[in-house]
Amino acid sequence: MVEATVQYRRKRLDRGIKARTDTIFVIASKRDTLYLLLPRVLPVIALLILPLVLKGYWGKVVVFACMYGLLALSWDFMACCGLFSLGQALFFGMGAYIAGTLNYYFHIPPIITVPVATLGSGLLCAALLGPVVRLKGVYFAMITLMLPLLLKKMIDTTGIFGGTHGLPSLSPFPSELVATYLAVVGFLACLFIFRRVINSDYGLVLRAIRDDDRAVMSGAINIYWRKIQAVFISGAVGGFAGALMTHHFQFLGMSTFALDYSILPVAAVALGGQGTFAGAAIGSLILVPLSESLRALGGLRMAIYCGILIVSIIGLPEGIFHYMARKYHQFEKVVEVK
Amino acid sequence: MEAEPLLRVSHLKKSFGGILAAYDLSFDLKRGEFVGVIGPNGSGKTTLVNLITGFVRPDSGAVVFKGKKITGKMPYTIAGMGISRTFQMVRLFYNLPAYKNLIIPLCSSRSKNLWGGKYGERDDIAIDLLDDMGFERDSQVPYKVAGSLPHGYLKRLDLARALALRPEVLILDELFSGMSMSEVASTLPLIEKFNEEGLSIIMIEHRLRELFRVVDRVLVLNFGMKIADGAPAEVMDREEVKKAYLGIHIDLV
Amino acid sequence: MSLLIYGLINSVILALYTVGFSLCYGISGIANFSHGALYILSGFTAWNLLNLAGLPFYLSAVLSVIITAILGFLFYWVLLLRVRGTPLAELIVTFAAGMGLLELLTWKGFYGMRYSLPLYMKGGIEIGPVAIDYQRLFVVGTGVALVVFLWFFVHHTRVGLAFRAMAQNERTALSVGIESDWIGSLSMALGAALAAIAAMVILPLGMMESSIGLEVLIYALAVAIVGGLESTLGMIVGSFIIGFGQIAAARYIGAKWMIIVPLAAIVLVLVIKPSGIFGKFKELEERV
Repeated sequence: MVEATVQYRRKRLDRGIKARTDTIFVIASKRDTLYLLLPRVLPVIALLILPLVLKGYWGKVVVFACMYGLLALSWDFMACCGLFSLGQALFFGMGAYIAGTLNYYFHIPPIITVPVATLGSGLLCAALLGPVVRLKGVYFAMITLMLPLLLKKMIDTTGIFGGTHGLPSLSPFPSELVATYLAVVGFLACLFIFRRVINSDYGLVLRAIRDDDRAVMSGAINIYWRKIQAVFISGAVGGFAGALMTHHFQFLGMSTFALDYSILPVAAVALGGQGTFAGAAIGSLILVPLSESLRALGGLRMAIYCGILIVSIIGLPEGIFHYMARKYHQFEKVVEVK
Repeated sequence: MEAEPLLRVSHLKKSFGGILAAYDLSFDLKRGEFVGVIGPNGSGKTTLVNLITGFVRPDSGAVVFKGKKITGKMPYTIAGMGISRTFQMVRLFYNLPAYKNLIIPLCSSRSKNLWGGKYGERDDIAIDLLDDMGFERDSQVPYKVAGSLPHGYLKRLDLARALALRPEVLILDELFSGMSMSEVASTLPLIEKFNEEGLSIIMIEHRLRELFRVVDRVLVLNFGMKIADGAPAEVMDREEVKKAYLGIHIDLV
Repeated sequence: MSLLIYGLINSVILALYTVGFSLCYGISGIANFSHGALYILSGFTAWNLLNLAGLPFYLSAVLSVIITAILGFLFYWVLLLRVRGTPLAELIVTFAAGMGLLELLTWKGFYGMRYSLPLYMKGGIEIGPVAIDYQRLFVVGTGVALVVFLWFFVHHTRVGLAFRAMAQNERTALSVGIESDWIGSLSMALGAALAAIAAMVILPLGMMESSIGLEVLIYALAVAIVGGLESTLGMIVGSFIIGFGQIAAARYIGAKWMIIVPLAAIVLVLVIKPSGIFGKFKELEERV
């Protein structure tokens, strides 16, 4: 008599509460409603309260986290469309320079420069990257990597817009609190808007482009124009972050095109999980305070981002958010393979 | 009065590296015609479709649709002008529900012009279109994830996707491959109905029995060249065609 | 005349930067974005062997090449194994590894005018109005030798052919018995070794610091992209275009513009003709 070896596998099942809360009847039970609302509402409330609680150094960290968060969100948005960029610094620096130069040379107040920089950054970046959205992913990534470096070197060489030394003493926001709330609200607004958009029909088309662009083309949709639109939106969001930072720190320099602003968003999304913007948000909310607390290590921080990025891509490709969501909604059972 | 053909293909030529996929392909398609394209595997049928619909640029030759030259235009422009196609390897979005697959062509500007005010109700339009294709509205089928549907349904979904654009020319690339007899029997009348309503159709098929029942004309391709063009019975009688199919005997009922 | 000589030398240097990257991509399809980091790391390793372990230069150089090759090999197994097949993830992972490595070196203090490898050829000759040291001539010689080696290996040996089969169609090659992972790691090792050889020859010409890592990567990418990623001839032509372009820019516009030439070249080529001058990959544009 031959005995077969017993093999086991992990079976994932939805938790009871998840099944119960999938329908409209969730509102009948307080516990079920909380199950759905808590993970969504708590972090938002926490983030809205933080600026009142943390002042000074850690208050600036909140601003940083939201800024990088915006960059990560814009990266994730482009990635939903199939555009993987290694150069968010382009959007960031573009917004920074538009806001900074308008303020320095023409003394236009932040309340105008920020929206103008947001829009201008979106338009300029869409124009710059327009011709290359038709390239294969690898080549698009390479160009996005090179463009900020190119712009940085050009500013360095030609000395325009302040050159290597930058432009100092730009106008600040009315108060520290206003600036911080602007960052937080902008970040949260972007998060919500992106989530809504990606689940709408417009977002469906964008996601389909990533999935199979030939099929979308046969549906009479100009995929390149849609991609350019995605770049515009991401460029605007990144530019907003750049303009914000310029006025918050009242300084404009070519460091706004630095690799740091390109790599950390990618690391944040890799860590948090691509596809749901919540992942990008969580990733940056973890990485930025982490990096600030490691400030003493100086240049090693970049090495740590890179390390986290690599480990995330290799070890936990789905990202923290998907992992947590899975744990929250499902449980695992070891089951015999029949 | 001799009307200008709806679609005119002239002397298309295309090589991929060392392989000559299409050589001197020419034919006309009149409005309302139902043309079949047959030929052994590798004879250039799918290349012909790709050349017409813009997925591949020809080395030489031209395609003219409604009097306008469409050679070299992007696939989405050509689809927007009214030529739609299905894919031999079904290209659907398997992780989306069936009806959502139709939303994508419904988001195009062609659809915006066609449906006008109703454009906002894309979900309803999609369900309606699927209902016309035999996906019953009341069943769960339109809402099922496309990846979970059986092959025959997927083929019909692909057809629905192509028809969502309300094209003037529909090109079907081996629609019936992999479908069972009953599925073919239920889909063929639908296609015939669309043809009667004015849709011009080019149909590539291997299932000759079914094909010959519905087409007006048949094109035979071999090694990238057109070797025959005429009524089915007449074409199948030709020596070159019989040779190309290496002795397959077709009984036309 | 001096423009010609300097242009030639610069072009060969650029070709030397690119040979390793091109080889690795050509035979296994892996774009190794840590190429520049490996280059400068080999210099750092050699310096340590030379100064801290007290070994003679020749030994340090050879050991450094071997160590760098092993590191390239390991990189494959540690980093790329899981993400092999998605070119984008490969790019990001190797890039992050390279950047991380460079930052690590900077943190350890590997910058500033403090580190250099010794010249091992003293003296020079005069060609026309230009005085050239033997070291630079040695660089040119090595460069030519390596390019010839690359061309021969990729196009004319059985091993090279097997590797290229892998790059073109993985499934088919696998079914014929060629092992993908082994090939991948060997080609990364080879690419790393070539980077190290280039480093051992070129670095003595100046100072070493970690920022050179990013520069070398940019140069290698520029040459590869301008010339066309699949073509050895393209690599040669690309290096000459950028090499002479840089010298001309330095002479007529200003030294600071030298780094702009490769960056602008990459952007221009990718926008106008992405497959490069001799690129065979029409796939990029035609995308059937």
